[in-house]
Amino acid sequence: MAVTAPAAAPRHALPVRRHHWGSMLWAAAKTPRGMIGLGLASFVALVAIIGPFVAPDSPDALVTLAFGKPSSQFLLGGDFLGRDVLSRVLNGGWVLLLMAVCATALGVIGGAAAGVSAAYLRGASDGIIMRAVDVILSFPQLVFALLLLSLLGPKLWLITLTVGVSHAPQVARVLRSATLDLSERDFVKAAELQGMRPAKVMWKEIVPNLVSPLTVEAGLRLTYSIVIMAGLAFLGFGQEPPAATWGTMINENRDGLTLNPWAVIVPSLLIAVLTIGTNTFTDAFARVAIGIDRRPQEAALIDDLGQETGQ
Amino acid sequence: MSAPDSSWPDSARPASPVPASPVRLKVTDLEIRLGQSGHDVVRDVCFTVAAGQVLGLVGESGSGKTTVALALLGHTRRGLCITAGQVLLDGTDLLALSPRELRAVRGARVSYVPQDPSSALNPALRVGTQVAEVLRVHPQTVGDPSGRVAEVMREVSLDPTPELLRRYPHQLSGGQQQRIALAMAFACRPSVIVLDEPTTGLDVTTQRHVLETVRGLCRSYGVAAVYVSHDLAVVSGMVSQVAVMYAGRIVEIGSTAPLFGEPVHPYTRGLIGAVPSPEHAEVLTGIEGQQPRPGRRGAGCSFVARCDYAIADCAKQVPEPVLVAGRSVRCLRALEIQVTPSPRLPVLTQPPAMAGRATLSVQGVTASYGSTPVLSDVSLQVPPGTCVAVVGESGSGKTTLARCVAGLHRNWTGEIAFAGTPLAHAARQRDKDVLRRVQYVFQNPYTSLNPRKTVGQIIDQQLTQFTGLSHRDRSERVLGVLKDVSLGQDFLSSYPDQLSGGERQRVAIARALVVQPELLICDEVTSALDVSVQAIIVELLRRIQQKQQLAMIFITHNLALVRSIAQTAVVLRQGQVAESGPVEQILEHPSDPYTQRLIRDVPRISQPGSAG
Repeated sequence: MAVTAPAAAPRHALPVRRHHWGSMLWAAAKTPRGMIGLGLASFVALVAIIGPFVAPDSPDALVTLAFGKPSSQFLLGGDFLGRDVLSRVLNGGWVLLLMAVCATALGVIGGAAAGVSAAYLRGASDGIIMRAVDVILSFPQLVFALLLLSLLGPKLWLITLTVGVSHAPQVARVLRSATLDLSERDFVKAAELQGMRPAKVMWKEIVPNLVSPLTVEAGLRLTYSIVIMAGLAFLGFGQEPPAATWGTMINENRDGLTLNPWAVIVPSLLIAVLTIGTNTFTDAFARVAIGIDRRPQEAALIDDLGQETGQ
Repeated sequence: MSAPDSSWPDSARPASPVPASPVRLKVTDLEIRLGQSGHDVVRDVCFTVAAGQVLGLVGESGSGKTTVALALLGHTRRGLCITAGQVLLDGTDLLALSPRELRAVRGARVSYVPQDPSSALNPALRVGTQVAEVLRVHPQTVGDPSGRVAEVMREVSLDPTPELLRRYPHQLSGGQQQRIALAMAFACRPSVIVLDEPTTGLDVTTQRHVLETVRGLCRSYGVAAVYVSHDLAVVSGMVSQVAVMYAGRIVEIGSTAPLFGEPVHPYTRGLIGAVPSPEHAEVLTGIEGQQPRPGRRGAGCSFVARCDYAIADCAKQVPEPVLVAGRSVRCLRALEIQVTPSPRLPVLTQPPAMAGRATLSVQGVTASYGSTPVLSDVSLQVPPGTCVAVVGESGSGKTTLARCVAGLHRNWTGEIAFAGTPLAHAARQRDKDVLRRVQYVFQNPYTSLNPRKTVGQIIDQQLTQFTGLSHRDRSERVLGVLKDVSLGQDFLSSYPDQLSGGERQRVAIARALVVQPELLICDEVTSALDVSVQAIIVELLRRIQQKQQLAMIFITHNLALVRSIAQTAVVLRQGQVAESGPVEQILEHPSDPYTQRLIRDVPRISQPGSAG
């Protein structure tokens, strides 16, 4: 019969299925931009993760001269106390990375929960949540973190929590506006008519449609987390000495910049490469997400032509 | 029958029905392609329009009619390009002009009336300024600009008081806005005017008045007009010749009355069969399938997949236009089909409304949005197994009524009782069983299905929410209901964006039906769909309603549809019931003046009287 013949044929072959988050990530990784971003970020991540296992010396052992020049035994020379810079660099990344990831997860999940429920529930909940968000937003992120840390002391969990909380407002704002549009769609009303509880409507109907903004936010916030955490460590809020972290190393060794610049350059470079990498990959993903949602130019045009009648 | 038809020589090119008046617009072999892939969007489009004549360019969405309309002004959308053909305006080829020359012509000698005046007028400028602006851009066309503004306003039946000219577009009604757009188009006394569905958003009465104005203007000032529309009924009462477009080609072109009276091309026949009529209760027959998109139109006739008359040769070559019955038809079998009578539509006998306790009873419902009252003291009964149509123009409160019943709109007073039990105001306060028994189908199938779920998941979710059935029973039910709405099993794993509008609406209907409701509320379910698809959906609903003895509320603005589906009708006017009763009585002997006016103004295909 004529009904099924045209209907069963593939209607339009999209380069990526927009429904699968994984395939969108994969598509982003395949773009030149995404490849560069992922390459840079995973190089640094690899250094941070494998580093502790391959480090030649203990990070805390005084093995060479203070600000000792690089030699064949100590490839990056010594730090201000005469510890091996290479070993400290290899050991100093994973805590930063772990804390940044945790803080990001915390901020994105908390912010998304706040933003989505504010937009979907409207009314009083919207007012209360968004005013709270405004209060947090009125502090600059770093100042907010410093304030809490100087009050409560530099504990690692607290740093993670603070950075996470300082991310939440921005995430909440972005997701609130995305949800406002979605929650007016009829499929949300249809779910309400099924007697679904509000929490389930948000989780089952709305959140799956927020995958792209969520991923972009997560990537963006991860970049910020790294920068803020490294910045806090530089300012002295981080792991207690003698622990090695990249941020602290920059601070400790900057007096000897002329004697052994590598002790400052290498950790700075790693932080820079990591943030450039995560940011570039996020950018690639955002482009893919937009490209899919808006479709390749010509497919979108054909769709438009098909809709030209209006209602 | 009007004069042009009797003077119609069979041998003449059908595109120039009145040789006496000069040809204003001549389009030859127009071809428009996608810039990137080179797929054709529009091909081999030829027609001529003489002074004072109106050509109707009809077709469903995606047929390329708006693309052709824009090309008449030498314009294409970004991504498209005109690759061949000529658009001759009083002998000058618009497509050969430089951008600068084209600007001088647009608005002055060829002008455009867009579909939606509310977005086409600049909201920040007073309407008088906007009309005068056209004259300022083209100072050479008419003498005194301020005199001309007043004159053209009178021509479009607006009173050019200073007070009106000082208004902003949002202070005018939709009909007045469209008249302003018309005034802008007619201000420079163009030779050709292109109207792109100018009455789509207007209610039937305003639509009729605007159409009369356009027709009068074209005749009095010798303007050639091209009227683009998807609404065959509107076109049939308005234009002297019709070009039916399908998949980028004109499949049939000729003068209006014979074309609508005895359509030859199978597509035209299908389209006309799909248009509901307020006069007869007919089973609507739509056209199954969907129009092929650019790049998928095949080597042969692009209608072949949906055509009842198709033979093997149809898929091999594009049929050349042949002259049949005084018009040109692109069909290999035109001559054979011409002598085959159009299949008569089966007449429908609606069973009378059933007696017994009403499934739904609405008593004195008053509703408002904030402080704006929308419904006041509305009462209606839906007996079991009966379809009640709720009819009204936009703003009559018909959708609000449906939403009150469904529990989507909470701000109402009065009583809505379902099966004898009063319903709570909001859906959230109703118990699951009531929610299951009252199902709602939304107007717009493009937003009512979650884009991240497959058809299978969407329908299955309804079952998991309302029933405790096992996985196996559920999938059986889902497959069964898909079959009921004529969708195959292979749709289960499709996502909504892979489906056409009609298919999406069937999925939405399947979602409602799968839980075996007792009351189905259909809120303008066909208003976002093409007429050939609308017919299929309406017929589907009618069949299911009869078979399952469903009680149904069918909300629509289209009076003509009512007859094909409902037994009882309720006419709403500004939130109040103007009239209610059996459908035959309301449509044939309306007692309320409002209903009488509505029925009089419904555009009909069988109304060739004043055309041309």
